[in-house]
Amino acid sequence: MLGVITGFVEELRAAGVPVSMVEAIDGMRAVEAIDLGDRIGLRETLRATLVKNLRHERAFDTAFDIYFATVPLRKDDTDEEPDPTREMTQDGGGGQGGSGDAEIDRQDLLNALLEALARMDQEALRRGVRNAVDHLAGMEPGRPVGGTYYLYRTLRRLDLAELEDRLLEEMMGDGDISEFEERLIREEVQALIDRLREEIQDEIRRRLVADRGREAVAKTLRRPLIEDIDLMHATSSDLAEMEAAIGPLTRKLAARLSRRRRKRAGRLDFRRTVRKSLATGGVPADPQFRHPRPHRPEVWLLCDISGSMATFSRFTLQFTHAMSTHFSKLRSFAFVDTIDEVTDFFGPGIDFGSAVARITAEAEVVWLDGHSDYGNSLETFHARYGPQITPRTTVIVTGDARNNYRPARETVLGEIAKKARAVVWLNPEPRAYWDTGDSTMGRYATYCTSVHEVRTLRQLEEFVETLTLPAGRTMQNV
Amino acid sequence: MTFAAPQNVADALRTVDYLANERISQVVFLADQLDKPVLVEGPAGVGKTELAKAVAKVTERDLIRLQCYEGLDEAKALYEWNYKKQLLRIQSDVDHDWDTISHDIFSEEFLLTRPLLEAIRATSPVVLLIDEVDRVEVETEALLLEILSEFQVSIPELGTMVANTQPLVFLTSNNTRELSEALKRRCLFLHIDYPDAEREKEILNARVPGLSEHLAEQVAKVARSIRSLDLKKAPSVSETIDWARTLLALSVEDVDEGVLGDTLHVLLKYQTDIEKAAKELTSTPQP
Repeated sequence: MLGVITGFVEELRAAGVPVSMVEAIDGMRAVEAIDLGDRIGLRETLRATLVKNLRHERAFDTAFDIYFATVPLRKDDTDEEPDPTREMTQDGGGGQGGSGDAEIDRQDLLNALLEALARMDQEALRRGVRNAVDHLAGMEPGRPVGGTYYLYRTLRRLDLAELEDRLLEEMMGDGDISEFEERLIREEVQALIDRLREEIQDEIRRRLVADRGREAVAKTLRRPLIEDIDLMHATSSDLAEMEAAIGPLTRKLAARLSRRRRKRAGRLDFRRTVRKSLATGGVPADPQFRHPRPHRPEVWLLCDISGSMATFSRFTLQFTHAMSTHFSKLRSFAFVDTIDEVTDFFGPGIDFGSAVARITAEAEVVWLDGHSDYGNSLETFHARYGPQITPRTTVIVTGDARNNYRPARETVLGEIAKKARAVVWLNPEPRAYWDTGDSTMGRYATYCTSVHEVRTLRQLEEFVETLTLPAGRTMQNV
Repeated sequence: MTFAAPQNVADALRTVDYLANERISQVVFLADQLDKPVLVEGPAGVGKTELAKAVAKVTERDLIRLQCYEGLDEAKALYEWNYKKQLLRIQSDVDHDWDTISHDIFSEEFLLTRPLLEAIRATSPVVLLIDEVDRVEVETEALLLEILSEFQVSIPELGTMVANTQPLVFLTSNNTRELSEALKRRCLFLHIDYPDAEREKEILNARVPGLSEHLAEQVAKVARSIRSLDLKKAPSVSETIDWARTLLALSVEDVDEGVLGDTLHVLLKYQTDIEKAAKELTSTPQP
């Protein structure tokens, strides 16, 4: 067991989940205290000791299913696990043809699964799934394909759509129901189907592990953690998952930006000092200070929302939306080849979806042809809003600085930088691509306080973590 | 050791109407076995604080609660010297020399214990609940580290106070900010999510006496349905309980569109959410 857990911890680390030495030891100690015949108990034990971040749970679940596939689900699970290797060699390549026999099998399988699902019979469901995988997945030993291939194959042959229809039919009864009830039933059916899909996936994984060993399977199934997904190519479900992480991050950024350099609090509070001195017999032993006026950072966000940045800009807008709850003085601007202020679209109580819809519909960000033009956007920005920039303003630009070979006009950015507290540029492209092709990052970088590569959530976190800005300059310096 | 197996935890918690799933009972069991604190995370209103209370109740321990907030400091969380009393002591005593007095005024008599120290000094085992720990600043978090790993508090003038009995510690967090690695490393991690429809139904049955089986099932399903929408604030378990009570009070037997429209404000707290849910639920989803 010890060996398996060590391997499991190594797999977690390989997937990017940080498991410290202490946590690994805790995991081992915890495993000693529990009943090893219970897979769910074992899973929750390892989860509680090794994974301390919700975002890493998906990686944990995948790894766990691989490494502990053979531990019985429940300790009172009397039903003997058949030896998967034996079965696979027997049925290898079986169920290929659509002969009459296979068709009858399929109907039987479907009926069995249907009944198991409708009665919520865990045992029958697993038996049905095992049969289905036996006959439909057509697993071949030694073939180096991932589990998804077999999963897809089983599901396609099983025809989940038919199963779903029949479940719906059964649960709706005579059809005299309102739309509202129909919705609830549909969701119920969906939940059941999802469960079936999971069971099938589990079963396939178990067999793959038996065939090819844990390490090999783990390697093919390893997926990047949510914080390592490239923002330029994130799917919408990835983005939804990232959303949860953005909230805490913006709060931290807010704290960073308003951090004060000065150590002591504000001016001496005379009244409170005297009042307090009464306790020490009139000696002002404990001087009281006024609370320092919190520094209210002004943040201006400039987001490139052109087509090439579609995924990234959705992310930055999400970030902006989250920031708007932490900064009272946040102004946001969107640009393609010209710029428009979009602050009001992110007001309190407006949900993100409708804000984005309004920005696309109402904000005037296209001037000529809808291809990014940083030069013109910056110039328009400077002309229109330049005078309002103060030494307390932090300007954050997000974009790839790909200018379609138009004039960069980087000196305008210089002008902005002179007035503002800082100009920070976040670029979603890998550093190696900067200044290649039509990228003008280098020319803008000259005038920025700092430029950061922000391709993943992790990099954004690092940016927030290490951000140090020059203290707010005083008016006289301008 | 209070519990023999995770199942015992679940059974015990059930007696105080707290329905724990496998994850919860396993982690509570481990916390008791390994003497480690539990960091409970999850959306608001899923019963994080309730868990600590329930555990205190079934183990018949006192519950000591430290509510965290921004600006919480040592003096409020750990201990403070009662310096008014110290002054009186100094003033009332003119016969002794300074050495005796100074030794005297830093004794336990002049110590004001705050929740954390109280939990350490308790003579019978307690449950310590550190609520909403994500509200304190990162710097303050460090105050907790010594307690969480060693169950002791160091007071410079007095020395180190080690716990008489092993407290069960629960920390809750709404995850408004990432907690420090050092803190997380010392804890068992427990994420509680919204319960699935089946468990929610059980919770409703346990918490709302008189609720019919049919209605409980409907309420749980509607709650699941609403949570799948993209809302500002999804209904918490306590809100579904409120909703079930409302339905009971209105002697509703069957939830339909009309009833739902009239009582949705019990479940959802934002106007935009209510409108959205009303619109979504009363039309058939496109497959």
